[in-house]
Amino acid sequence: MRYLPKSPADRAAMLQAIGIRSVDDLFSPIPAEYRLSRDLAIPRQMAESEIVEWFKQRGKENGEGFASFLGAGAYSHYRPVVIDALVQRGEFLTAYTPYQAEFAQGTLQAIFEFQTMIAELTGMDLANASMYDGSTGAAEAVMMAVRITGRHSAVIARNLHPEYREVLNTYATHQAIPQKLIPFTASGQIDLKQLDQAVDDSTACVLIQSPNFFGTIEDVEAIAGIAHKRGALLIVSIAEAASLGIVEPPRCADIVAMEAQSFGVPLGFGGPYCGVLATKEKFVRQMPGRLAGQTVDKNGKRGFVLTLATREQHIRREKATSNICTNQALVALMVNIFMTVYGKIGLRELAKQNLAKTAYAVEQFGKHAKVLFAGAPRFNEFVVETSEDPYAINSRLLGHKIIGGLPLKKFYPELGHAALWCCTELTTRSMIDTAVGLVAESERSVLSKDAEPEEVAR
Amino acid sequence: MKHMTRKATRHISQNEGLIFEKSSPGKAAWKLPALDVPEVDTAKLLGKQEREDLGDMPEVSEIEIIRHFTRLSTWNYAIDLGMYPLGSCTMKYNPRVNEFVARVEGLANGHPYQAEKISQGALRIMKTLSDCLLEITGMDAITLQPAAGAQGELTGLLMVRAYHEAQGNARKKVLIPDSAHGTNPATAATVGYAVENLKSNERGMVDVAALAAQMNEDVAALMVTNPNTLGVFEQEIHKIAELMHAKGGLLYMDGANMNALVAKTRPGDFGVDVMHLNLHKTFSTPHGGGGPGSGPVAVKKILEPFLPTPVVITKPDGTLAFEYNRPQSVGRVRAFYGNFGMFIRALAYIFANGPEGLRQTTEDAVLNANYIRKGLEGVYDLPYSTPSMHEVVFSDKLQSKQGVKTMDLAKRLIDYGFHPYTTAFPLIVPGALMIEPTESEPKEELDLFIEAMKSIAEEVEDDPQYVLDAPHHARITRLDETAAARKPVLRWKREV
Repeated sequence: MRYLPKSPADRAAMLQAIGIRSVDDLFSPIPAEYRLSRDLAIPRQMAESEIVEWFKQRGKENGEGFASFLGAGAYSHYRPVVIDALVQRGEFLTAYTPYQAEFAQGTLQAIFEFQTMIAELTGMDLANASMYDGSTGAAEAVMMAVRITGRHSAVIARNLHPEYREVLNTYATHQAIPQKLIPFTASGQIDLKQLDQAVDDSTACVLIQSPNFFGTIEDVEAIAGIAHKRGALLIVSIAEAASLGIVEPPRCADIVAMEAQSFGVPLGFGGPYCGVLATKEKFVRQMPGRLAGQTVDKNGKRGFVLTLATREQHIRREKATSNICTNQALVALMVNIFMTVYGKIGLRELAKQNLAKTAYAVEQFGKHAKVLFAGAPRFNEFVVETSEDPYAINSRLLGHKIIGGLPLKKFYPELGHAALWCCTELTTRSMIDTAVGLVAESERSVLSKDAEPEEVAR
Repeated sequence: MKHMTRKATRHISQNEGLIFEKSSPGKAAWKLPALDVPEVDTAKLLGKQEREDLGDMPEVSEIEIIRHFTRLSTWNYAIDLGMYPLGSCTMKYNPRVNEFVARVEGLANGHPYQAEKISQGALRIMKTLSDCLLEITGMDAITLQPAAGAQGELTGLLMVRAYHEAQGNARKKVLIPDSAHGTNPATAATVGYAVENLKSNERGMVDVAALAAQMNEDVAALMVTNPNTLGVFEQEIHKIAELMHAKGGLLYMDGANMNALVAKTRPGDFGVDVMHLNLHKTFSTPHGGGGPGSGPVAVKKILEPFLPTPVVITKPDGTLAFEYNRPQSVGRVRAFYGNFGMFIRALAYIFANGPEGLRQTTEDAVLNANYIRKGLEGVYDLPYSTPSMHEVVFSDKLQSKQGVKTMDLAKRLIDYGFHPYTTAFPLIVPGALMIEPTESEPKEELDLFIEAMKSIAEEVEDDPQYVLDAPHHARITRLDETAAARKPVLRWKREV
């Protein structure tokens, strides 16, 4: 076995040193009737070339070479090549959690820089070292708000990513956190009147997403006003991190629960991604997850350590702020490098290209179909309502090697034939024109079908 | 006297400030393509929502970025540099082919919401990995969705709770041995269960008589780690399972570390009802400085209805699909399908090993741990003489007579070119030194480690202060952790 670094002679010498005859003696603590005396029924050992070939085949069966208009919490942005060149350095890839700070300063300083940039971009005081993803981060933020306020219920926007809501439901079930769901208006934004009625003295937090699931930017200040006047916290979930380049961050939020996948993390069929929580300084001791902090060594030299560990499970056990143990360090490093590459000016220019592509697409789609939720600013996603079922249109688009928008019926039955489309800097004008062309064709054929009976009658 | 180490030599290490300290206006490492659609008026589109300024985000060039992160990387220790003997962490070799295949185009760029008919490759990977893990664990059904071990525990306990609720009584408590990882009690609390401690016996195992006395109809499950954190196999595991089952309880196994069991025995065969696996331990996906992990949960048939949605199913025509309609499901624990990139890596590892490779891997892991145990027995105190599996736990009892504790010994190990072992865990061993070499170490590396540990023990006798002041050769000396926690500095700020 090519990963195992021992010759038969090495093994024999080691057995002799231990003072046993056979390696089987080492397994004698396992009761004989439970020892496996056969080979596992798994695929036979493969050569590296066979492994590569097997996965390349799977890649070909997995939408290889398709252009995509999908977003909805997983965004296709360009990944600068330096990201993979750097994260594949063994010293990052094959290091453990930096508990032994003297031997892990590289990882720790990188986390410290990550925390700084996330805080800067989100407009919060500070950020943690990362969470599993945006969905679990949002759920953890709600539990954090419950701890801070001592209140128990949560008010949730219905235009929060539906799968984030599902995860929150799972987490909240046994925490006794009742939830109220707030509908959205014709602009796709949360209904402020209903929100105002829903928030009361038992509300620990209001959780919204901005840009929300439909791509529309919320009036965060107005929402914060409603939450804060009744002593509730405002949590803003951000699924499309690239928006922070040009959309004003939710500075009046108390907690930002972000999914940073857009920043240099491959789509990877849904994971691993990079959640992160950012908050105000006064709430830091209630924040879950790892934190890197700056300190000095015995000679006064600057260094970094994991800190405030008394919040965490390995110290507090059942009294910890969360059961979370790992973070997404290597994925956070991708995010970190991406943010460093684009930086202060590049992130804004990148976001501007996303806006421009989206504005063009909205205009073109709008000529042939109905673009919903107009009347509020949006970032890079928009909802198109067609006469025909979008699954059928998407099926034809696949023939052009294009993946169309996400049909919304599954999550929002009342939206019928609407689909959520996304444009990024990688979306080309010709992709947009092809997709619009097929949608236009679909609309024409539906119209002519509707018209047919009349013609027959005549 | 101070000993020289054969493992490492000091060399020049580059200094490097924070990236913000290198930033200056006008430098850039990015270039966007020419826009093929009309420019937009952002103020008109966004109104008051437009962001004017990104604050103190850096502005640097590409070469500075390469140097910055490369320099930082050289300050880390890594498996690629040598043995990483962290007990319970399973720091084994992370094969490079895993990284290569995870970056295959259709897999790395696959969108989680693309149609199932163009997702058959990803689904096939999930199905194949599931089948392999079920065969390895001897369980009946599995979810790959949990993002890490702790979330796997959460998922497992949610299913335990749902199972009991379906029987008409959720029950109140979860029993957890005092040797368990901290995530176990933290998870039980998250699911709304009270935690009841279970004392270990003098051999470091679950005290079966005590369990029998504590087990009743209020207990939902026992969370047992096997081999436990002492590296000891619970020899009466089948009796433990019988005791639990007799009173309607379930047996949860923390299978984060399966490195002593794979291809040698199967939890499903010895009575486990539900368990999680850490792909980033046993199945070689990289730790990456603290994540991402992946924590699949395997269960017996009785728990299958409660698996998180969606699950992968085979349709009559042989194609694969996600099934969402599962009314008894505990729900979703993560958006999308889990850490898919880790599934690819774990499956590539299983392919590279095959049945005989996995068996040899387990045997070598246990052989290595016992070789270290033999080499250091007598030099360090061995609190439990029970046979060791994949890891061995010593204590600092002998060295603490000189005032030197496990953490001091660990810091001195850094000077010898080794990453420290796990310190002060499990909690049932005061001053624990928890050592897990994994199968990835050649005999020469193990010999160097044993030599280093012996040498440090001698130093403790000759000059304890020198060990207390360690590390001496790292980039920095010990950091002031108290100050870090008292006045936390968690981000850089521009000096004004």
